[in-house]
Amino acid sequence: MERLRKIPVTRIEGHGLITIKLDEDGKVKEAKFHVTEVRGFEYFCRGRTVWEMPGLTARICGICPVSHLLCSAKAGDAILAAKVPEAAHKLRRLMNLGQIIQSHALSFFHLSGADLFLGWDEDPAVRNVFGLMERYPELARDGIKLRAFGQRVIELLGGRRIHPAWAVPGGVEYPLDEERRDEISEGLPEAKRIIERTLSLFEENLPRWREEIETFGNFPSLFMSLVAEDGTWEHYAGAIRFVDAEGEVIADGLSPARYLDYIAEAVEPWSFLKFPYYKEHGYPEGVYRVGPLARLNTCERMGTPLADEALKRFRTSAGGKVVTSSFLYHYARLIEILGCIERIERMMDDPDLLSPRVRADAGINELEGVGVHEAPRGTLFHHYRVDEDGVIQWVNFIISTGHNNMAMNRTVQQIAAHYLQGGDLSEGLINRLEGGIRAYDPCLSCSVHATGRMPLVVKLIGPDGKIIRERSLQ
Amino acid sequence: MITLKLDGQEVQARKGQTILEVAMENGIRIPTLCYLEGLSPKGTCRLCLVEVTNWNGKLVPACVTPVEEGLEVITRSERLDQIRRTILEMLFLERNHICSFCVSNGHCELQDLAVELGMDHVTFPYRYPGLDMDLSHEGFGLDHNRCVVCSRCIRACSEVEGAFTWGFQGRGVGTMVAIDLGVPWGLSETCTSCGKCVQACPTGALFEKGVATAAQLKSPEIIREVTERRPRVF
Repeated sequence: MERLRKIPVTRIEGHGLITIKLDEDGKVKEAKFHVTEVRGFEYFCRGRTVWEMPGLTARICGICPVSHLLCSAKAGDAILAAKVPEAAHKLRRLMNLGQIIQSHALSFFHLSGADLFLGWDEDPAVRNVFGLMERYPELARDGIKLRAFGQRVIELLGGRRIHPAWAVPGGVEYPLDEERRDEISEGLPEAKRIIERTLSLFEENLPRWREEIETFGNFPSLFMSLVAEDGTWEHYAGAIRFVDAEGEVIADGLSPARYLDYIAEAVEPWSFLKFPYYKEHGYPEGVYRVGPLARLNTCERMGTPLADEALKRFRTSAGGKVVTSSFLYHYARLIEILGCIERIERMMDDPDLLSPRVRADAGINELEGVGVHEAPRGTLFHHYRVDEDGVIQWVNFIISTGHNNMAMNRTVQQIAAHYLQGGDLSEGLINRLEGGIRAYDPCLSCSVHATGRMPLVVKLIGPDGKIIRERSLQ
Repeated sequence: MITLKLDGQEVQARKGQTILEVAMENGIRIPTLCYLEGLSPKGTCRLCLVEVTNWNGKLVPACVTPVEEGLEVITRSERLDQIRRTILEMLFLERNHICSFCVSNGHCELQDLAVELGMDHVTFPYRYPGLDMDLSHEGFGLDHNRCVVCSRCIRACSEVEGAFTWGFQGRGVGTMVAIDLGVPWGLSETCTSCGKCVQACPTGALFEKGVATAAQLKSPEIIREVTERRPRVF
């Protein structure tokens, strides 16, 4: 058994491991992406109150606390069974748009920008956000500004950038005032200029990534997301839609609250992350993807002019209606940022945003509630059962990254099969495996509700089960 | 009049006043937790311990120690800070005080004391007791996890409201506040739902139902204001 050096680790959330098994001929027999930690949020939330759950579950993640906050508040809405004021829904929407912008900007510029623009074979010491700053200072600065805009939206609404506890069952804690709304409005033109030039830059570079598009998780699968009643892109309300790799809608108008009717979760002994699948197709045939790529595949339109133009180009780039390459999650992310900015623009004149009526007060009217929501990384489910007093008895989360578990495994398999040569864990292979996972912008700490940094480890295992090579990824 | 020294400064006091009252009159801050203006002092939390130099450096709780002629008292020293920090650590490790999603985050006397006294970590193992919440009352909730057993709720209920709903049950580290003779709050026959216990509570142990993280604002000063307008009932 030979061990190679270990390299310090950054740029994904949580702990993971890739194993590649070889057959007798040294070809890839099997590649797996394991998630190797467990956290137990579903257990220790028991005994807390339903009103605390938004603040408590927001602590699952420091990058997408808003997603858990809003999803939890929605599960709480269902338990209070009170009519949430329209203004509260709109304000929550606004916060979620800010969240999608900041999280996507983080993924694209800070986490993946260096891979994309410095190249897979660049020295790991340079292939990071600082290297990006040195080589493409404008691009790096754009990323920082864009993310700051998204975070400022969150802060202006909820009082803080990370872990605002502003959404509550029944609405939100306090309304928005004119001054803060105007500040959001003032930030829009620059944010829009940034995303438009970044989108052009990405599109110009598409030919350069032909091989990655072909091999980074390019396979047929189902796609799932919320869509609005009329089929428009949606991130907060609406119903669940599944489309297949040909773009056929195979299930539509599914009630998010009945997710257990159409999603089941398989468990594998080699990963702490469960494997959700579309029930009707069984496991593992029911593999589906969520997140930006899925949302752009399930919707009929973005619902805003520039984003709709971009959606057309996106689909044309793949030569058809459905984009099946996970590499193009990056592309989808940029289009979503554009769409979010346009939506915020459109909201700014809405007098409801300044309404003082933002919270419905009620006791416990239902003993069970499901919240569903499009987090930046995909569809998020919070499902609670409470007693008559509102004390949590049982909790289930299905986290966006979890839905993509099977797809990430297929991606690893595809990249390993394509790039592994002579049984050697070359720098290029490692970087591409990492890049393939990173395209999903996975949040492993969220997905297993786990904490910590991520040493992503790659193990190469021979036909006799022995570890031939082992490396930590940067 | 009585003359004594607080931190080397000569001050005047009336007979029957406590060291804490004299310190407050003279603008000297002594940390307190179980003490609340308007309620009888109990000296249970020991955070107000001060050092009496001419009693051989003896530590006494300022809130219940009457002043005497010629006392020389030190209210702040490295030794006292260390003792107060340790007391705070003990309070934090005894139950499950998780500030991040607590209703009183940012408005909590226990949290404020930790900041004031520089208690930034706990050096002993936590106990992590498995404690329940009581949400059976229609307006208020009780979370034993956040209770520091200061008895401010008990005193507010008996001395100011005269309802005698709250009491202690159990002994030592197992001491818990209890409603009537240990019934769920919602079944209490004595509770008037006045809410003084909630206002008096220094942490998020008692709260208004429906408040979310960091949203519980309290006005403990209403206890003093009420007792200024009418005498305590007990």
